[in-house]
Amino acid sequence: MAEPLLEVKNLKVQFPTEDGVVKAVDGTSFSVAPGETLGVVGESGSGKSVSFLTVMGLVTKREARISGEILFRGQDLLKLPPEDFREIRGAKISMIFQDPLTALNPVHRVGNQIAEVFQVHRKVSKKEAFDEAINLLQLVGIPEPAKRARRYPHEFSGGMRQRAMIAMALALNPDLIIADEPTTALDVTVQAQILDLIDQMKKEFDAAVILITHDLGVVAEHCDDIMVMYAGRMVEYGEARDIYYGAHHPYTWGLLQSIARVEQNRTERLRPLKGQTPSLSHVPPGCPCNPRCPYVMDICRTEVPQLIPADGHHASACHLPLSEKERIVKEEVLVH
Amino acid sequence: MSTHVAERTEAAPRTDRAPLLKLTGIKKHFPLTRGIIFQKKIGAVHAVDGVDLEVYPGETLGLVGETGCGKSTLARVIMRLHESTEGTIQFEGRDITHLEGKELRALRRNMQMIFQDPYASLNPRTTVGAIIGEPFRLHGTVPKNRIRDEVKQIMQLVGLNPEHYNRYPHAFSGGQRQRIGFARALALRPKLIVCDEPVSALDVSIQAQILNLLEDIQEEFNLTYVFIAHDLSVVKHVSDRVAVMYLGKIVELAPGETLYKNPKHPYTGALMSAVPIADPDLATVKKRIILEGDVPSPINPPSGCRFHPRCSRAQLPICAEQEPQLLPQHPGQVAACHFPLEDRAVITEDIETPLHKAEDAPPDGQTAAKAPDPSQWEPGNAE
Repeated sequence: MAEPLLEVKNLKVQFPTEDGVVKAVDGTSFSVAPGETLGVVGESGSGKSVSFLTVMGLVTKREARISGEILFRGQDLLKLPPEDFREIRGAKISMIFQDPLTALNPVHRVGNQIAEVFQVHRKVSKKEAFDEAINLLQLVGIPEPAKRARRYPHEFSGGMRQRAMIAMALALNPDLIIADEPTTALDVTVQAQILDLIDQMKKEFDAAVILITHDLGVVAEHCDDIMVMYAGRMVEYGEARDIYYGAHHPYTWGLLQSIARVEQNRTERLRPLKGQTPSLSHVPPGCPCNPRCPYVMDICRTEVPQLIPADGHHASACHLPLSEKERIVKEEVLVH
Repeated sequence: MSTHVAERTEAAPRTDRAPLLKLTGIKKHFPLTRGIIFQKKIGAVHAVDGVDLEVYPGETLGLVGETGCGKSTLARVIMRLHESTEGTIQFEGRDITHLEGKELRALRRNMQMIFQDPYASLNPRTTVGAIIGEPFRLHGTVPKNRIRDEVKQIMQLVGLNPEHYNRYPHAFSGGQRQRIGFARALALRPKLIVCDEPVSALDVSIQAQILNLLEDIQEEFNLTYVFIAHDLSVVKHVSDRVAVMYLGKIVELAPGETLYKNPKHPYTGALMSAVPIADPDLATVKKRIILEGDVPSPINPPSGCRFHPRCSRAQLPICAEQEPQLLPQHPGQVAACHFPLEDRAVITEDIETPLHKAEDAPPDGQTAAKAPDPSQWEPGNAE
């Protein structure tokens, strides 16, 4: 395997609150190689956004207790002084946010907002920066970029705003792009265009992409590896195929069986997990999934399962024996 | 494939019955005015522009389309929350287009609505019990002293804990709030429920719970749904027939399975090709029909076929001059297009992927012939 670009080791992020400590991220470890797309899947409150806000340095030690290591090209980002981090954030690692209308500043022209990136990081003139911004808008497929660059965010449609966000994220040719639910606010046709654009840009800039989503259905065509998170923990990790055709964790099964599939007959019933995700300040003891798991055993209520590799780098955190998992996935999960 | 279509048409409600809801030539234009005191009309947003639709008892009619295509406006016109500009609405054969006052209120006993945003559609200062009990108080269908019991029963029915009767909406999660909205709609045992994007604000597993609930309750009370969403896979999952809207008009209407395999309108084809498929192998037999540009403004919709400026099959001048009518295609399918797509234009073939081979083959043995080419698919650690 190629030298990882980003390697996260046993990352924990905890927020102290009046109601107790919120364990937003509770020991995740993963790595991304250059040119790879990692899908991160989990429901609201699974810690997926907080993990990557921490990687971006947007959750800091001032508001949270952070432990573990975030190695970017071998350098621990958590130990960097803020000035040095600023050199990396935006230039080497950039982020595309979920809601482009809130992420863009409503009182500045779109072109200027993109140009700002160049002015801050490359110290070029205002004029040069603005021209660069126009080039970028063209690259991400915005028609009449010179004209659009002078418009304000509210004059853009949802899809165009997300394109502008992507342009901004690409501005400095980053090595890693983190996309946090980039298409949740968009129509399906626009969603397909944006995901294609991210793929295309990944190739063009030879970057690695981390695609965060709550819907396993969306990322099948776009990810190499997939990581499934639940209640701040990684519950399963593997290649896309391992997850879609041979998942080993009951929570992943629940996600797969929740998807309304367009290719399925209507008579197929969805089989979601019962209940909902736990509050992160009151995660149940033992396996965090145990109250919702249909295959729960006694050990699940007391002991936290560790992430155990099954084959290659496919791993899952579940007490069920491997043979049992394989039987269930074959006979109960993939049977539609 | 043809057998599939036949099955679907048979399974779908028989269309020789009298429709529960019938829309004829429904238009809803919102005027655009200029000036403050002397308001001069300078144009109109053609939100819904000539919709004919029949909904049969016991069926679920899906309505799908992108933002701004008029699907929510149509829902509100059906519910008489917006006054239609033109056209008639018939409910059980009775013209309800201009009902007012008491009669309108009586009608609402039979048709209810579930709204999209579970955070905005519940009054934050009212307890859940009062929200769900409100329809009883307004319509007087249940004596006052029995309302509490009745509400608790409904709460149980939709999967809420009846002990939470006195809680306020903020104490509930998104999925639970949507259950509250559904309970409120169910209270009067209506015949028709219009669901406007009921699951688009929810996480997938909660979405699936709500969709299952909608289906269970439909069976129990023999409800009819008009189900609106922008997500074609969700709409297809719950609906018997699916209507596709574009810029205020229905461009295609067909049973879900027909729509999936043989979409006829190029817009439906584009929507279908954009639906993400949660199956890496199946995704490879899908053709992408990429739409250029954005949806045009409904203030000044394009002439002829409204889709022609974005359509790759458009032939001038016919598409720009003549408005296509909804013409029959496959059984149960109508589409408004001068040059409809050929069969299998998007999903080019049925393939057997690990996700699907279990469907019509026994779990082991006999599958070897149907299994995908092993060079394309490595079974990973399944064996």
